[in-house]
Amino acid sequence: MAKITSKINPRSPEFTENAQAMQLQVDDLKAKLEQIKLGGGEKSRERHLSRGKLLPRDRVNTLLDSGAPFLEFSQLAADSVYPDDVPAAGIITGIGRVGGQECVIVANDATVKGGTYYPLTVKKHLRAQTIAQENNLPCIYLVDSGGANLPNQDDVFPDKEHFGRIFFNQANMSAQAIPQIAVVMGSCTAGGAYVPAMADESIIVKEQGTIFLAGPPLVKAATGEVVSAEDLGGADVHCRTSGVADHYAQNDNHALELARTIVSNLNRVKPVEMNIKPVQEPAYDPQEIYGIIPKDARQPFDIREVIARIVDGSEFDEFKALYGTTLVCGFARIFGYPVGIVGNNGILFGESAQKGAHFIELCAQRKIPLVFLQNITGFMVGQQYEAGGIAKHGAKMVTAVATAQVPKFTILIGGSFGAGNYGMCGRAYDPRFLFMWPNARISVMGGEQAAGVLAQVKRDQKEKRGESWTEQEEAKFKQPIIDTYEHQGHPYYASARLWDDGVIDPADTRQVLGLAISASLNKPIADTKFGLFRM
Amino acid sequence: MTQTQRMFSKILIANRGEIACRVIKTARRMGILTVAVYSDADENSLHVNMADEAIYLGPSPSRESYLQAEKVIAAAKKTGAQAIHPGYGFLSENAEFCRLCAEENIIFIGPPVGAIEAMGSKSAAKSIMEKAQVPLVPGYHGDDQSEAVIKKAADEMGYPVLLKATAGGGGKGMRQVWSEAEFSEGFAAAKREAKSSFGDDTMLVEKYLTQPRHVEIQVFCDNHGNAVYLFERDCSVQRRHQKVIEEAPAFNMSETLRAQMGESAIKSAKAIGYQGAGTVEFLLDVDGSFYFMEMNTRLQVEHPVTELISGQDLVEWQLRVAAGEVLPKSQEELAINGHAFEARIYAEDANNDFLPATGTLSFLQPPEESEHVRVDTGVRQGDEVSVFYDPMIAKLIVWDENREKALQRLSKALTEYRINGVTTNIDFLYNLATCPAFINQDIDTGFIEKHHDEIFHNSEQALADELPMAALYLVLSLANKAKAHATTTTDPHSPWNATNAWRLNEAHIHQLVLSHNDIKYPVTVEQKRQGAGSYYLINVNHEKFAERTLDCQGRIEDGKLHVSIDGHRSQATIARDGDNISLYRQNGVFNFTYITPDCGNHDDHAQQGGLSAPMNGTMVSVLVNAGDKVIKDQPLMIMEAMKMEHTIKAPSDGVVTAIFYQTGDMVDGGCELIAFDADE
Repeated sequence: MAKITSKINPRSPEFTENAQAMQLQVDDLKAKLEQIKLGGGEKSRERHLSRGKLLPRDRVNTLLDSGAPFLEFSQLAADSVYPDDVPAAGIITGIGRVGGQECVIVANDATVKGGTYYPLTVKKHLRAQTIAQENNLPCIYLVDSGGANLPNQDDVFPDKEHFGRIFFNQANMSAQAIPQIAVVMGSCTAGGAYVPAMADESIIVKEQGTIFLAGPPLVKAATGEVVSAEDLGGADVHCRTSGVADHYAQNDNHALELARTIVSNLNRVKPVEMNIKPVQEPAYDPQEIYGIIPKDARQPFDIREVIARIVDGSEFDEFKALYGTTLVCGFARIFGYPVGIVGNNGILFGESAQKGAHFIELCAQRKIPLVFLQNITGFMVGQQYEAGGIAKHGAKMVTAVATAQVPKFTILIGGSFGAGNYGMCGRAYDPRFLFMWPNARISVMGGEQAAGVLAQVKRDQKEKRGESWTEQEEAKFKQPIIDTYEHQGHPYYASARLWDDGVIDPADTRQVLGLAISASLNKPIADTKFGLFRM
Repeated sequence: MTQTQRMFSKILIANRGEIACRVIKTARRMGILTVAVYSDADENSLHVNMADEAIYLGPSPSRESYLQAEKVIAAAKKTGAQAIHPGYGFLSENAEFCRLCAEENIIFIGPPVGAIEAMGSKSAAKSIMEKAQVPLVPGYHGDDQSEAVIKKAADEMGYPVLLKATAGGGGKGMRQVWSEAEFSEGFAAAKREAKSSFGDDTMLVEKYLTQPRHVEIQVFCDNHGNAVYLFERDCSVQRRHQKVIEEAPAFNMSETLRAQMGESAIKSAKAIGYQGAGTVEFLLDVDGSFYFMEMNTRLQVEHPVTELISGQDLVEWQLRVAAGEVLPKSQEELAINGHAFEARIYAEDANNDFLPATGTLSFLQPPEESEHVRVDTGVRQGDEVSVFYDPMIAKLIVWDENREKALQRLSKALTEYRINGVTTNIDFLYNLATCPAFINQDIDTGFIEKHHDEIFHNSEQALADELPMAALYLVLSLANKAKAHATTTTDPHSPWNATNAWRLNEAHIHQLVLSHNDIKYPVTVEQKRQGAGSYYLINVNHEKFAERTLDCQGRIEDGKLHVSIDGHRSQATIARDGDNISLYRQNGVFNFTYITPDCGNHDDHAQQGGLSAPMNGTMVSVLVNAGDKVIKDQPLMIMEAMKMEHTIKAPSDGVVTAIFYQTGDMVDGGCELIAFDADE
């Protein structure tokens, strides 16, 4: 394979400045997550521990194989969305190895609002299930939740993608032989009771776990019956009498050990049918990405410099290198897995879009996973290009992306604006995983452009009425629009709303992609049937 | 040659274990057929397998099998064995048995009856030696056994004194008494032990030297009036008067002193008309004066060290002498070559007062034998160390050209000795062998007590490096294991195979808990990338250690951990048995247990309040009745097991509510002996 020769000078002042700017953003992200990781307040953590329960992150650590990686999703979920502080939306989700098998783990954090489901908690839970379903990964639910968050019930309960969908997914994944395992380590009330009840196998912790459709207060209100939570739906009731739970655990550790045992008995083999090679570290330090990405987002950079710091041995065999040069396509390996990489090197023209469509066809044909490195302001505009059929060329690429059945992975490494987002496999195009860098921005168009368009409309109106509009007045009009776009296009804003699966340190891109690709291979790659390409 | 014609064609070995195997090896080499004897417990033992023939003696307890003189004689007659080798212990110093052999025209491979009888009683032996002008420790060896007379003698020679059973040996029936006030208690205990061990509680008392060395001389006499000494052995390192590590030659031994002691030993042997292999034990005082202690009229356990420095096979010598040949070598032909150590590998818990251990040797891997390393053993992997016999598993003997090198051989061989399934004293032996005072020859019979803290690593300070090493070992071995496993999967290069505790946007930290001496230490190991490799930041989170982060690197190679801790490179040999990890370091062995998450108590019938038997054994005495109020540490019962007495004491003030065993009952280890209600 051809090795990329980097033209970066890590000693140049630009490099240093860029690196410092990126470092600040990464530091900010990590500092923010440090806080989020704690979960609920100190008091609620202490109360949780005093009951002999493990904190949710310790539960995950104990469940995982010793030293195994954990690819956590949406750590910023619900950040600054609600009047309440709901760190990580009160639920921890991710992929980790249990008994040598990649599993999706969904763990309620009872230290955050009693583990109740806010709208984004539901969304995060459902997203984790989608990941499990798309990638054929067993699900382990560590349940410790008071159920739906009642004040927000209108955004939690009734709609298609609301609470009920959790159980719909459980049933359908079970039907697809994707194991559903529930570990009841706390409350499991009302709708929540269906998590263990719908599971293939369930575990309940003695004197901690409870499962019931209605808790003691509701029972008393409804029938006058007075009963303790333990007698109503504790481990003894469900393991000895009702049969709602299958395994009786002495404590959290024991429950997690039982879950590991269940996974070890699943009899699953990862169907990796692909030409895998031994792993080679990139020839260039991934950390150098910091200095490559310009501090000023409007400055261009060569995407190959980024690719060189992600792929095995920095080796990259480019496809159609001389044609449609604003889109870089080529074959490489990440952790030994073959991948097709599609990266932006400028605005999309008709040629680049056609080249992209062709390359995606190649990968789909050969069952090679696709990695999109998205940094796109959009497709080229103007009379010449419209006449040249930029819309139909763009459509070809969008069609190819939308219908390709190989696993797709998208990283937003810079701008993600307009239809470029579609052609480069944005969220709507079902990439298996989508991550953002902290410097990335996402919106229908850039803030400047949006403000410009709106100002132009306004100016036209004013001129029609014969009014004047000074430059200063126009600037004043534009600024709030620019600010809003900047705010809403920020990765934290995006990630809080689950438009992605998380914001990552650029230096971790290779690692994250490796884990994601490997996890996706649990599902055999299907044949692709493309839609119609407008010629 | 008439002498060769007279050599036996078949002998019986009236013993078991390593010594039986040892004798069989030489006999086989000399073309002599061997007959083994065995009890129920030894039905499938190594010595039975090795011998050409084997005869069943009886049930497992030695009194009903190996000590049954008539049965042994009958076995010899039945198989046509012309001679009996008694080994050590059992019938080896039993004059009655020796006499029976003579009556049946079977040659006893050992000294004549008279010599055994003369040395069998310690007080009689001393009088003989006194007459032969062999130096003796001041003491009372009289027939008047009244406590008052013996105590008076003790008072006169001044404390400390040593009480000994005249019929005793091997540390049994022996007590130190440090003051007049302790005399009565010690006297009673020594008599009780003597009675139960030897059926004879006759006592003698001697001056107790405070810094003596135990140096013994190997002698050999034939039936033609020749006698030689095969130099000395230093057996000073003892615990409870049982030898632990022996060496030959003794250190700091001038040729003059060696000759003096050798001549004295020969004088002793000749005084009793000795024949065959014998050992004369002396106490060697710091000023170079030496005193006769006793003569052992048999082959000693520690004879191999003499064999390795003299190049002689002492069993062969025994057989030749017994067959009437002259001694194979004269004194002038004997010379010392190099230095040898013997370490006795026992099934016992050194950390628990050397309590004998029993169990199945689920894994047994001795060091590889070579010109430097010899292993004398009577057990194989899968064998049981039972309650019935001495719990010695093997003797590890090493040789090299000088003491320093031989000692290095010993510690290395000990690290290579791997035994699972039974608690052993290997770690203890390693700590001894690596103890600076031992290396520097600062040794007397009180060595183990004096250097107790050093040997048992009671100072936790030492763990400052070893804890991080153990943690690093766990992390590294986890990675190695995962790497090896990955190759067997469909996804061998997956980043999921990593064991680096990778987390998104977080430090990659392994949280471990290690325990040492029952204290738990939480350790965090943060894995950091460095090029294609890793380094580790290790933190021990315990009040005993100052908060500090160690920068560590390491790799595991051939069972050795090579580490660099804050730039200091060193290494340790590692032995792992499940969650138990032993680090063999230059300054001793460190044992850690990797604590896995507590999964709760699954057994609702957990023992509560009762007192259970520390091991299999016999109830000797029950000192309390049901309903008795007792105070903390009050003796409740005395058990005998592995030939030692063990007192069961009250764990706290409280009431004995029931007693489940009576005097004479056999008790299985772990059984509840007494129901006990502790006071609040």
